[in-house]
Parts: sequence; C-alpha cells; structure tokens
Amino acid sequence: MQVFDIFLLEAVVNGILLGGILALLALGLNLVFGVIDVVWICYAELIMLGMYAVYYGHNVFGWPLWLALVFGVAVVAVLGALLHQFVIRPVLAAEPINQLLVTGGVLFFLQAVATLAFGIEFKNIGIRLPQLSVGEMYLSVARLIAFLVALAGMIGMYLFLTRSYLGTAIRAISQDRAIMPLMGVNPNRIFLITSALGGGLAGLAACLLVLQYDIHPAIGLTFGPITFMVCVMGGLGNMIGGFIAAFIFAQFISVGGFFLHIEWGYVIAFVFFIGMMFWRPQGILGSK
Amino acid sequence: MLKLSNVSAGYGSFQALFDTSLEVNAGETVAVIGPNGAGKTTLLRVISRLIDASAGEMTMEARSLNTVPSHEVIAYGIAHVPENRRLFPRLSVEDNLRMGAYVPSARANFAERLERVYALFPRMKERRKQLAGTLSGGEQQMCAIGRALMSGPKLLLLDEPSAGLAPVVVQAIFEVVRKMSAEGYTVLIVEQNVQQVLKVADRAYLLETGRIKLSGRADELRENDAIKKSYLGL
Ligand SMILES: Nc1ncnc2c1ncn2[C@@H]1O[C@H](COP(=O)(O)OP(=O)(O)O)[C@@H](O)[C@H]1O
Ligand SMILES: [Mg+2]
Repeated sequence: MQVFDIFLLEAVVNGILLGGILALLALGLNLVFGVIDVVWICYAELIMLGMYAVYYGHNVFGWPLWLALVFGVAVVAVLGALLHQFVIRPVLAAEPINQLLVTGGVLFFLQAVATLAFGIEFKNIGIRLPQLSVGEMYLSVARLIAFLVALAGMIGMYLFLTRSYLGTAIRAISQDRAIMPLMGVNPNRIFLITSALGGGLAGLAACLLVLQYDIHPAIGLTFGPITFMVCVMGGLGNMIGGFIAAFIFAQFISVGGFFLHIEWGYVIAFVFFIGMMFWRPQGILGSK
Repeated sequence: MLKLSNVSAGYGSFQALFDTSLEVNAGETVAVIGPNGAGKTTLLRVISRLIDASAGEMTMEARSLNTVPSHEVIAYGIAHVPENRRLFPRLSVEDNLRMGAYVPSARANFAERLERVYALFPRMKERRKQLAGTLSGGEQQMCAIGRALMSGPKLLLLDEPSAGLAPVVVQAIFEVVRKMSAEGYTVLIVEQNVQQVLKVADRAYLLETGRIKLSGRADELRENDAIKKSYLGL
C-alpha cells in the first residue's frame, strides 16, 4: 500500500478549500436563522442575484472588477434588508410553515424575475484564474482566493459579533427579544441590520462563486440544497456547528469524488447527511 | 422625578391597573407592595412603555412618557430590572453588562461604570467571563441590577429582586438596595417581601387588585394594622 498519495492529498486540500466557501455560504443563513428564527429558503437565489450584480457591474457597465464586487455585496445586503422589511416582518408571528412558504414563494419569484430580466443563457464575467502548482499538486487559484476570503469574512464576522456593541446585541436578541427595549435597543432595527448582514454574506459568497461558475437563473439550485444540508447538519442557527459541518461535507465530496467519481462524492455526502439526521437530528452542535 | 396620574392599563380586554397615581421624588426609595397578581409588574411595564397606558398621564422630570417608544425610555434616565432577572443566559456576565451600556451616551462611560458595578458587586468581577445562565440566583440578580446601572440611570425600577432567593441571599440583595439608596440612586422597588422592603424604603404604596389602597411613609405603614395583619403576619 502506498503511504503517501499525492492525488489523495490534492483531494483533501481541495476539500479544505471547498469547505471554506461552504462555511461562508452556511454562515449567512445561520446568522439569520439564529437571530430571527426564520429560514430564508430563497437564500441561494439572493446569491444568484449577487452574481448577476457583479456581472452587470463589470461586463455591462464596464466597472473595474473590485467595484463590481463591492456592488455585488451591497446589492444583496440591500436585498436582505428589503426581504426582511417587506416579506419576513409581516409573518414574524406566523407559523414556521407559513414563513417557509413565503420565503419559498420568494425563491420562485426571484428565479422568474431573473429569467425575464437576464434571460436563460449562461453568462460569465470572462475572468478565468489559473491553476497553481504546489509541488506536484494542482490547485485552483479561484478556489484558493475563495477559501481565504471566506475565512477572512468568517473571522471578521466572529470579531464583530463578539467585540462590538451591535454584535453583542445581535447575539442577545436571539436569547431574549422581549426585554431588548429595556437595553435601549430597537429590536426591529437589529433584525433589519442582521438581515442586511446575512445578505452581505450571501453577496460575498456570490463574488467568490462568480469567479468559478457561469451565471444563470437556476444557479441557486446548485448551492441551495448543499447550503441547507450544511446548516441542518451543524445545527440550524449554530454558526460554529455550520462551520464544522461545512468542512466535513466538503471532505466527503472531495475525497469521495477522488475515490469514485465527483458525482459520487455528492451522493456519499447526501447519504452521510441522511445517516446523520437519524443519529443526531438536531445537528452536530444544535440543541433544537 | 417620576409622576403617574390616574394611569390605567391592561392586556387586551383585561384591565390590570386602575386609575393609579404615584410619585417618586429624586433621591427617594419608594416601594410598591402587594400580593401576587396585584398588578405590580404591570405598573413597571407601563412606566417602561412595554405596554401602553389606556388612560392617564406619566411624566419623567416633567417630560411626558406617554408616547415614548419603549427603547427610548432609557434615554429619560429610567432603567428597569425586570421580573425574573431576564439575563441573556448565553452571554458572559461582562457582555450582559455591556448590553446595559448599549445606548451611545452610556458607551462612552463603559469602563468607568463597569468599575463601579464591580465595586458594588465584587462577585461579578470574579465571574465576568462566566455565562450568565450558569450563575446562582442571587448572582443573577446582582448581574441584572448591575446591567441596569450600566446605563447610568437616574431612576431604577426593581421588580421583586428578592423573589425565589434563599433567606441569606435576600438579605444581601436588600443590603444592595440600601447601599444604592445611600449612594443617592432613586429607586422604585416592587416587592412581596414587605417586611424587608419597608425597612429600606422611604415611602410605600400598597397595590391590591390593580388599585392603590394605601400609601405613606414606610415607617408608618409598618405600624399600620391592616398591613401588619395581612403582610407582616403580626
Ligand atoms: N401578559 C399578560 N397577559 C394577560 N394578562 C396578564 C399578563 N401579565 C399579567 N397579567 C395579569 O395581570 C394581572 C396583574 O399581573 P402582574 O402585574 O404580573 O401582577 P404582580 O406583578 O403584582 O404579581 C394578573 O391578573 C395577571 O394574571
Ligand atoms: Mg410581578
């Protein structure tokens, strides 16, 4: 038996890189659920719109890439706030099933709007980053950037939540919403800011994905299910659990794909997910 | 400082507070006593604007509170320690105190007030990194009072701070209230422990079934026959 397999190592490293972006994808959804207790079923469609925003900024308006990327984050942050104000807020007190149906409705609405507005043909921003050879391994620069930015985004979010007044309020409101006014905090404002942050994280994910994938109105279906699985496996609303689950999932996909075929990697990840749901339905670190 | 004139309030169609008038002057410690369900918590909630007054007038330092949003009441110098402490259980003691200093005007004084709270409650300093949910009942009450003090209030509303605590801890809590009175804080305290609260208060109101039945100086009420019989078990 071979002790050291360079291709296996490459698969593991690629899995770690994939884990970074999955963790970032899960973070925004977990933040919103953890604080507001509503699942944005349309989360991946916000990412899709963010990808279009970058494309329009860079390729249609001709802006420099950095500006288009900032624009992408800003657009989705605003969309997150609008989603809260006009869709979530009216159903905050409603049954969870109704909240799911409403945000599910937004999913189809956004897909339809994107199809009408942008057409169904695939678009890409025309930037293809090279492969990097490290020793005998080949790594995608786009994935490496995605990993590093996702990591930086998560560290930034962690510091924000633990070190700032606003971040502390965001953690506090999920524990006792009714007494927040006694602290001088307007709960609606915190919810709105949290939604904008969740949207901003989705926008950041969009910026990283647009470097690797073509854009089309149904691209959300590529990231949505896996994001939800990562969140559920980590314990919905548990940001640290989501982080761990993202890296476990990514290894199943990457290493599983290495031994069999990339599609099988996803199958193994799904089977693992289903098994986990029997064993620990509340998720790795979840309590609900 | 705080003045309520003929205030009524309730929950939906249920009226819990009838025509209540009450006054707290600067520097005073005023108690509201009364049995379970009398409307004491409702009274404090109305003052903090967590529920609306259906009638009557409320003013803080001559400024009307009637239509102030609940999250702006703190800017009038009112801090409310709610019933059952209501700490954020999965935040550390220090983060709970930080939440008390959330309003921008309080943030600037955070470090200085934190020292004052730690001086008042040395236990909180020892436990500052501990999650609030893991504190003992008495420590939680101290943390909740500390959190309210972090906003630098002129008036402190305390809702049954001694409820559910062991006798020796009850003593410690009333000692804290006495200390705050001595330091010049203005306090409106709601209590069922009539014996103890009448020892620390300057004046008191007796609230029964949503109505003020009696009011007067605390030492006088201690000698009042009805209060002696119903609340002091004498
Ligand atoms: N959230 C609520 N909804 C409906 N009724 C309530 C609510 N809170 C309190 N009440 C009622 O209002 C009355 C006064 O309650 P409360 O102010 O909590 O009394 P106390 O604090 O003196 O024990 C009680 O009859 C109680 O059942
Ligand atoms: Mg009460």
